Amino acid sequence: MITVDKTETPKAWKGFKGGHWQEEINIRDFIQNNFTQYNGDESFLAGPTEATKILNDKVLALKKKEREAGGVLDADTSVVSTITSHAPGYIDKDLEKIVGLQTDKPLKRAFMPFGGIRMADDALKSYGYKLDPEQDKIFTEYRKTHNQGVFDVYTPEMRKARHYKIITGLPDAYARGRIIPDLPRVAVYGIDRLMKDKANDFEHIGDGELTDEVIRLREEVSDQYRALKDMKDMAASYGYDISRPAETAQEAVQWMYFGYLAAIKTQNGAAMSVGRIDTTMDIFIQRDLDNGVIDEDQAQEIIDQFVMKLRMVRFIRTEEYNSLFSGDPIWATLSMCGFGLDGRHHVTKTAFRILKTLDNMGAAPEPNITILWGDRLPEDFKRYATQVSIDSSTIQYENDDLMRVQWGTDYYGIACCVSAQPVADGIQYFGARANLAKAILYAINGGRDEIAGDQVGPAYEPIKSEYIDYDEFMKKFDKQMDWLADTYVNSLNAIHYMHDKYYYEAAELALKDTDLNRTFATGISGLSHAADSLSAIKYGHVKVIRDERGIAVDFKADNDFPRYGNNDDRADDIAKWLVKELYTKMNTHHLYRGAKLSTSVLTITSNVVYGKNTGTTPNGRQKGEPFSPGANPAYGAEKSGALASLLSTAKLPYRYATDGISNTFGVTPNTLGHDMESRKDTLVNMLDGYMTNDGMHLNINVFNKDTLIDAQKHPENYPTLTVRVSGYCVYFADLTKEQQDDVISRTFFDKM
Amino acid sequence: MANSKVSTTEQSTKEPLIGYVHSIETFGSVDGPGIRYVAFLQGCHMRCQYCHNPDTWKLNVGDQMTADEILEDAQKYRAFWGKTGGLTVSGGESLVQIDFILELFEKAKAMDISTCLDTSGQPFTREQPFFDKFERLMAVTDISLVDIKHINSAEHKKLTQYGNENILDMIQYMAAHHHDMWIRHVLVPQRTDNDKYLAELGDYIAKIPNNVVQKVEVLPYHTLGVKKYHEMKIKYRLEGIESPTPDRVANAEKLLHTKDYTGYKTWMPLPKI
Repeated sequence: MITVDKTETPKAWKGFKGGHWQEEINIRDFIQNNFTQYNGDESFLAGPTEATKILNDKVLALKKKEREAGGVLDADTSVVSTITSHAPGYIDKDLEKIVGLQTDKPLKRAFMPFGGIRMADDALKSYGYKLDPEQDKIFTEYRKTHNQGVFDVYTPEMRKARHYKIITGLPDAYARGRIIPDLPRVAVYGIDRLMKDKANDFEHIGDGELTDEVIRLREEVSDQYRALKDMKDMAASYGYDISRPAETAQEAVQWMYFGYLAAIKTQNGAAMSVGRIDTTMDIFIQRDLDNGVIDEDQAQEIIDQFVMKLRMVRFIRTEEYNSLFSGDPIWATLSMCGFGLDGRHHVTKTAFRILKTLDNMGAAPEPNITILWGDRLPEDFKRYATQVSIDSSTIQYENDDLMRVQWGTDYYGIACCVSAQPVADGIQYFGARANLAKAILYAINGGRDEIAGDQVGPAYEPIKSEYIDYDEFMKKFDKQMDWLADTYVNSLNAIHYMHDKYYYEAAELALKDTDLNRTFATGISGLSHAADSLSAIKYGHVKVIRDERGIAVDFKADNDFPRYGNNDDRADDIAKWLVKELYTKMNTHHLYRGAKLSTSVLTITSNVVYGKNTGTTPNGRQKGEPFSPGANPAYGAEKSGALASLLSTAKLPYRYATDGISNTFGVTPNTLGHDMESRKDTLVNMLDGYMTNDGMHLNINVFNKDTLIDAQKHPENYPTLTVRVSGYCVYFADLTKEQQDDVISRTFFDKM
Repeated sequence: MANSKVSTTEQSTKEPLIGYVHSIETFGSVDGPGIRYVAFLQGCHMRCQYCHNPDTWKLNVGDQMTADEILEDAQKYRAFWGKTGGLTVSGGESLVQIDFILELFEKAKAMDISTCLDTSGQPFTREQPFFDKFERLMAVTDISLVDIKHINSAEHKKLTQYGNENILDMIQYMAAHHHDMWIRHVLVPQRTDNDKYLAELGDYIAKIPNNVVQKVEVLPYHTLGVKKYHEMKIKYRLEGIESPTPDRVANAEKLLHTKDYTGYKTWMPLPKI
């Protein structure tokens, strides 16, 4: 440990209450000692400054141009993006309170080949750009990429599982993302102190015996150390010295943003979360307000302009990727509020200020604002948050009581769409999803793919009888699940090994503890259809209709059967069992670097693609029809209203699905109440009730179906209409036609 | 207003009554204060021209449920109810099954579940045995949502096939005994959207004594129920009539002085009996 001479407290810490955080890198302790709760309402908030308005108009104009240009405004084709690769870029230098862009120009996309040169090349081609041949040569002939590494070791059955889309979205050609840098470290300590700390860690790795693990960690910490130095250089190019701690609120937010910028300049992860920075920002802002350094207008300006930058983060993606995750999402997830382990809520004025950005600059999908909810949050805050939900449908809510207990800390953030991660020392190995609905069809068809007809899973005797016998089916399903668990976990082991080797996240991990707790994230798609299909087989007397290949292509249930989504244990217990069973099977495996298994019931927009590649299922879902998103019940299955549906989801066991259980809730304004006050009441009560019943996550969309139909026809009239889809938020206009149709046809709780 | 005549022990020795339930909505947020579990009961004598649930008209059909069964299910949603939510019985016309509701509400109040009665009052009479049951029912009802279809009895009859004298009498009874209520009125172009009658209705509501009216709502007519008529092959009598314009809704709200009734904002259910 580095000892700090306490008599020499940095000037930047003046006015802060001291604690362990001064002697060690410990942001949680800094927060607990210094944050100011706020129990009032939103009346103190300020509107946008002139500078913010001008900048925001410029950004909106650029975004319009970007959309008109087919999705990409500009792309780098030759400069490999690193922390220091690009000269400083600005929107309008003189007006910007928070500076820094991924490249030298706003919305210009960086060239990131380390995940895979093919992917980078294809992405450029998709938008009419041509990769610099020299770079192509370098990354094909001389410098191996993550993607090459993975494909060098994939087994034939992994390739098959991937090809036939029973496992989809694996991060084997781009960055895995989902690592939350502890950004407040940059502001509170400055880079020099962090470098000293890493140097000290480096000295103490291992016991002198250079085992593989020790060698690897020494190399990693060296990389982290260099990344920290690069961050200083990058900040210096913008005229800032981040070697020292931040002295003002503007500096604190700027310092944190430089830390984030280092991450998004080097990694094109599916999710690049911002973490939990609301309280730290508030501590610095409050100190400046108290000292008369800034007023509320300036405080809001800093937050607005920081959020504006998060709205501008871009990666260049292939068409195939976009069809999975539409609308350029980067999951700059910004999680806030929640409670401390001491019971104090963490609502500060800055939580309000962050919500206010949606009003000051219009609705936008990024950052992915996540409120860590508990029924003891202050009433005024709850009501303001739900009002923002009603106005803009841009917020998601997650159960702080559940996560705080599960993860054992109050200093966790949301790492992607919905997954919790301890900020100081937790990382997650992201791992896409397995298609459980398809696994059911494999069980019926003896491991043959129901669409292609090819043998993909293990070749067991298919079900040959006219009606499916439940016991016979379950035996076969068990074998297919075993195979799926094996193939899935082993694929991820390969992926994360190679990712560490060829695309290590030095910048993000430089801002975390050296000793990490790792989570091995897996995921389930098609849960509702799998559960309803099992229920159909169990209760519905299901007849199989086969084609000339002998493959089951349609089903007919003679009897009605219980469906997941009605708070009916007969069906809900099946859904629970599926989650536990797959988890248990996966958990028998070796997991990379001693990670702890987690799984998720979460699909983002990929429910459309998964559905497209899955045949008709025994619950009556037709071939190609989208799955319901995340943990939502199947479309049309819910017969007892929204709360019954929510309680079905709430039954899924978070202890097994610690990566998140996502529910996307759509409701018309009039269903919530006849006026704003009652609508807010309803949402607050609904969230309280859902979370009290252990519901984990809720996206809330409030609008009329007619609005969406009109927006599909006339996107120009709805440039900022945002919708929440499983785990993130997106401009409706940026969804594919199929995804728009899917959102429109989803269950909207509507009151006649 | 507590009525000591209620005796639950008398009920418990009897066979449980069976209610005929059309459907259950777990997320009722416009069916009384707060979020409410709504049991839509089957059966109604009126034939309102604009009724959007013709499938609830028939008596003695639907799912058969006991009060205990409904309450056991409703209980699961307690965490969503906050301080004001609870159970609402609607219809059809809920009072058609008054024996059943009485048992249901008595048991609900014993479990500290807030009770709300959604009714248009058509079965109301001061004759026995109905009236005695109604008095007992009111003792275990926290609030009623009373739908006045039309203030003019002759017009009421044209619209619903029944006059409104007993309905207005029910309102007066409730008010005299300090039973809280919301008043609702469906605004239908060419049928109820008439300034003279709306003003008359506004005056009537204003004179309801004892400040029992917590809220007055204008419900704009909509055409979402038309499909059901086609499915059930019943002639729909408002074919061609559209929803009222926002201007007409605002006009009706003005004439009914809806803004004056703000008691609902601070209203709380009665404590457990």
